[in-house]
Amino acid sequence: MMAREKMQILVCGGTTCSDGQGEAVFENLNLEIEANALENDVHVVHSGCFGLCSMGPVVKIVPGNTIYTKVSPDDAREIVSEHILKGRKVERLLWKDPSGNTLVKEDEFAGQKKQLRIVLRNCGIIDPENIEDAIAHDAYAALSKVLAGMKPTDVIQVIKDSGLRGRGGGGFSTGLKWEIAYKNKADQKYVVCNADEGDPGAFMDRSVLEGDPHSVLEAMAICGYSIEAGKGLIYIRAEYPLAVARLRTAIAQAKEYGLLGKNIMGSGFDFDIEIRYGAGAFVCGEETALIHSMEGLRGEPTVKPPYPAESGFLGKPTNVNNVETLACISPIILKGASWFAGIGTERSKGTKVFALAGKINNVGLIEVPMGTTLREVIYEIGGGIRKGKKFKAAQTGGPSGGCLTEKHLDIPIDFDNLTAVGSMMGSGGLIVMDEDDCMVQVAKFFLEFTVEESCGKCAPCRIGNKRLHELLEHITKGKGTLADLDRLKNMCLVIKDTSLCGLGQSSPNPVLSTLENFRDEYEAHVSLKKCPAGQCKDLMEYFIIEENCVGCTACARVCPVGAITGERKEPHHINPDICIKCGACMEKCKFDAIIIQ
Amino acid sequence: MNAVKSPEELKSIKAGILKRMNEKETVRVKVHMGTSGLASGAREIYDFFRLELEKRNIQASVTSTGDMGYSFAEPTLEVKRPGEDPVVFGNVDKLRADEIIEKYIKNGELVDGVLPANYRTINQ
Repeated sequence: MMAREKMQILVCGGTTCSDGQGEAVFENLNLEIEANALENDVHVVHSGCFGLCSMGPVVKIVPGNTIYTKVSPDDAREIVSEHILKGRKVERLLWKDPSGNTLVKEDEFAGQKKQLRIVLRNCGIIDPENIEDAIAHDAYAALSKVLAGMKPTDVIQVIKDSGLRGRGGGGFSTGLKWEIAYKNKADQKYVVCNADEGDPGAFMDRSVLEGDPHSVLEAMAICGYSIEAGKGLIYIRAEYPLAVARLRTAIAQAKEYGLLGKNIMGSGFDFDIEIRYGAGAFVCGEETALIHSMEGLRGEPTVKPPYPAESGFLGKPTNVNNVETLACISPIILKGASWFAGIGTERSKGTKVFALAGKINNVGLIEVPMGTTLREVIYEIGGGIRKGKKFKAAQTGGPSGGCLTEKHLDIPIDFDNLTAVGSMMGSGGLIVMDEDDCMVQVAKFFLEFTVEESCGKCAPCRIGNKRLHELLEHITKGKGTLADLDRLKNMCLVIKDTSLCGLGQSSPNPVLSTLENFRDEYEAHVSLKKCPAGQCKDLMEYFIIEENCVGCTACARVCPVGAITGERKEPHHINPDICIKCGACMEKCKFDAIIIQ
Repeated sequence: MNAVKSPEELKSIKAGILKRMNEKETVRVKVHMGTSGLASGAREIYDFFRLELEKRNIQASVTSTGDMGYSFAEPTLEVKRPGEDPVVFGNVDKLRADEIIEKYIKNGELVDGVLPANYRTINQ
């Protein structure tokens, strides 16, 4: 028996990469361990995804961190007899990369992993309430490098060369933004961190502020030095109490350490940061509205120009950057512009954090280099669609964006490619929809959000979106006509062209994009009065298949309105005139006799 | 704490912190307590570790951090045994927390729910 110390075998429980083979591998390994009476020396455990899904199922053996790839249930015997008992590697299960190198240990696989963490580098790693932990992980090292020997113009050049573009939505060059603010001379300038994260489903900014607040504070100070601003303001939603608390602690600690405040690290540079609270209005994520809100005015956008870089907070030059953008700054300063510019696509550099939500297995935050495809994001990193259903669409850019469909699965995701297919990057919310989602309802959901959030200043947005919503409501109730689809489109275009700010200009996007990609679904609603996904209540009819019904009466007993009749042990019937389509009968039926038509 | 007076001083402070961290290396437990962690009960798990490690006489530091983005497996936490690579566990309820203490922290024996690092870091 070779197993001198306790060994552990980790089996990835990936559901998609391996068609569920992982579980069979796990069971067979356990059987082999038992057959060799090794239960006390070797343990087999389930693990999460290694991020090596194209090589799955993956098995890792500790100690040694050996990774076996594409393991089939039949390989269990050889792994136990060779590796565990004789200490010999099973050569044929080791991974060979395209250039012919054999990868053995887990660290050697780093290059094969789809995710790269720049923005999230310290999230979950450092204690956000302990500045020493942050300093140990290189917090303020970039600021000290800047203060020790870089001129403001040097820093701006580095950021420009890195190709960093704003992560909050538009994708404007960050370096250029800083340069404009630098060139506008004034006695006081401001650096504003936009932490008014409003897209439904997006929460990367919250996670960064909660997990690594110093990275944002440091970047704001670097920006302040570069554009010659002495004051920083963080505009954050009051709905993020934990992020606010951790920011406050971080600011206090940074001041105590002299990393914010007067004469930072003896350089003569003064920079102070304060927090301003937003009430969570979506439009306040737009920079002019955000600035007005901070000034104590109504959070309404104004026409640009003048840009905030010319006349922003209190009429002074102001640079507004989003949290995720700021979180990229320190690594760029420390590792250089060319390092950052080497990641991503030609015109979109670096990584992007996406918040995966909806019908996807691994809900949460991921960070991938720009140019990763939607297929990789959904099927590899995201673990695929829940319950093995079929992918239908993914909404990016929140209520201002559009949906990507099956035909977009292999497009490299970056700013320009998303715009080209009628969606947008936005802040990185990615809501995944499966075959059971009705796209008219999806469009209606996002429009509901905009109608609620419209500030009411201009008529196209205030009235137009409301009318759009009514039309969609009409369609989902089965009262729409084919002509309504054209009206829908026309109205969208008018709202887009005539609204005052980005909120109104982008609000029809979900409608336009679903209309474009799923016209057949809209048509089914208006001409056939059917909802293909079975989501529009008014268009559905619950129906009992006589052959499957055994007459158990369970459905009749659970029906709250008494719409189901039938004798015991005889097929039952649903009276559509009484049925309120609550679905209770379908849930109760054990014989799959009730269907939606 | 006196204010850091120069970039060099920041470097020496960092070196000092790292030295201190490495000197008194004990078992380190980091409970991921961002909003999504807390919403799934991370606070309870944090309290459990604080209380139980002391009760069971195990020298360890328990701290809280932000989320790693593994919303699908919250609460999550990281355990680092002296001289070993850290291991992240997901879906930690009290039962699994107990298992982590008894099996992994005490004997280095892994338990179900390991979340391998499925990403590269900036230093790789």
